[in-house]
Amino acid sequence: MTNEKKAANNIDVSYIASLARLKIEDSEKQKLQDDMNEILGYINMLSELKIEDVEPTMYACDIKNVWREDVLEKKNIKEYLIENAPENVDNNLVKVPQVIPGEEEA
Amino acid sequence: MNIDLKTLTISEASELLASGKISSVQLCSDYIERIEKIEPEIKAFVYFDKESVLKSAEESDIRRKKGEHFGSFDGIPVSVKDLICVKDQPCTCGSKMLKDVHSPYDATVVTRLKEKGFIIFGRNNMDEFAMGSTCENSSYYPTKNPWNLNRVPGGSSGGSAAAVAASEVPASLGSDTGGSVRQPAAFCGVVGLKPTYGRVSRYGLVAYASSLDQIGPIAKDVHDAAILLDMISGKDHLDSTSLDKEDVCFADVVKSAGNSLKGMKIGMPKEYYIEGALDESVFADIKQTEKLFKELGAEIVEVSLPHSKYALASYYIIATAEASANLARFDGIRYGHRSQDSNNLHELYLNSRKEGFGAEVKRRILLGTFVLSSGYHDAYYLKAQKVRTLIREDFNNAFKKCDLILSPISPCPPFEAGTLLDPLQMYLADIYTISVNLAGICGISVPSDIVKNLNVPLGIQLIGPAMGESKLLKAAKVFEDNRTIRKFVPNL
Repeated sequence: MTNEKKAANNIDVSYIASLARLKIEDSEKQKLQDDMNEILGYINMLSELKIEDVEPTMYACDIKNVWREDVLEKKNIKEYLIENAPENVDNNLVKVPQVIPGEEEA
Repeated sequence: MNIDLKTLTISEASELLASGKISSVQLCSDYIERIEKIEPEIKAFVYFDKESVLKSAEESDIRRKKGEHFGSFDGIPVSVKDLICVKDQPCTCGSKMLKDVHSPYDATVVTRLKEKGFIIFGRNNMDEFAMGSTCENSSYYPTKNPWNLNRVPGGSSGGSAAAVAASEVPASLGSDTGGSVRQPAAFCGVVGLKPTYGRVSRYGLVAYASSLDQIGPIAKDVHDAAILLDMISGKDHLDSTSLDKEDVCFADVVKSAGNSLKGMKIGMPKEYYIEGALDESVFADIKQTEKLFKELGAEIVEVSLPHSKYALASYYIIATAEASANLARFDGIRYGHRSQDSNNLHELYLNSRKEGFGAEVKRRILLGTFVLSSGYHDAYYLKAQKVRTLIREDFNNAFKKCDLILSPISPCPPFEAGTLLDPLQMYLADIYTISVNLAGICGISVPSDIVKNLNVPLGIQLIGPAMGESKLLKAAKVFEDNRTIRKFVPNL
């Protein structure tokens, strides 16, 4: 892709919101668009840095991989977790809307 | 005996309990009475269960009578920010999204406090999902600054800092992703410590930005902050980024700090003290602090952090990118808010998230999603991570010339409530605290002065290298002892 390393001039809020699974009302779109573009204008200052050879930092401390035995631990919190579900039904199940589109539910 | 809650510290409470002059029930009852009196004005708590606190206090007193108490702090109340899990308590993160959720388990820090007999006293208000610098982004109500009710207490751990400053509780645990322990502590005139990344387990802390988040104590004085750090730090097999405990007792380090900083080098970064960047009151306070450090025997050296200018941009890319991933789990399915207004699964996600999240959280999710989106990863996220490397190197180089760094916490005194509305302006106010999180090092906020005409406190920041808490706490203690501000409390 040609735009791989380029900064953007503005953010397409509707598109990004769809990626983030956020519904944005038309009434809030302009304000969000303006806020995002203002922030973008600020963070674009990073493009003045020439830092191709610098290694990125993911974690601030030097973390090494730690090996341990894979031991099963029982927490017994299943029922508690199910209780936290917004809609739960009998038999420790969480109710969700129909996932695969098709016939309406009977 | 009568207890003077306004000045009471954890260490004093511990002595009073040991001598039998007070009981845990009396101590907790006094705090409850105070909360009932002033909480309507301050609004530092979002959850408080009087009965369970008193029950725990009774149990503690019984243990102590039998000589079976869990150490010298048994029976002392401590509150937590509303994103630290306590079994059976709500954990809302200041968000409507988690309004009805109860924690199925204790965070590791809570387990460790309970093992020592501390009573988890209640949950403190915060900016939603720790996103904000004023505690006005809580979806419940804003918390007020106990010193001046027209000013904000800072954020995001604003409820914790306000509760400690108002003596509603002797100490609280907050979390610091970009200054969220240190800045509210400074705004409320109390001590706030952000430990080295990995020092404290994050298990049971609701994540904002996982590579930056760290739990830290907010306390009345440096000694109490050290006591709490001793309690909560150390390796936890439930957090793979947690580090082994050093063979040091921070409370003892503070106790034996003495009254001299002879031999200590304090660095002042030249990039931090550009004229006009700081409010006059903050600049004057830093100058006075510099003078005091010299009088105490420390050597002041100029250091350079050349990439400071880019820290904030790097921070807001990394923090929002991680937040957008961490907050993807809130989808209305297994727990949290579920929209009642959806026809299918996709709409359920969209509507639940729309209804559950506030404006600032949405902004940060959008920004984070954008910087990670196809075509922009290299220009933003990767670049920000490279800048993070440069910022770490800046600090590493600076710490070759000095032991600790002196810096402001905020460029200005506590903001007037309701005035910091522009998001970018709010982000810019974090400029002196975020680098510490990017570099993974430690920092402490210590009360330094009172802005007389506004009646609000100021705090200075000391920054130490990774695992440098001993030096940090020692210098903070000597500074604290030589500033009389600690004796002042809000008039409530």
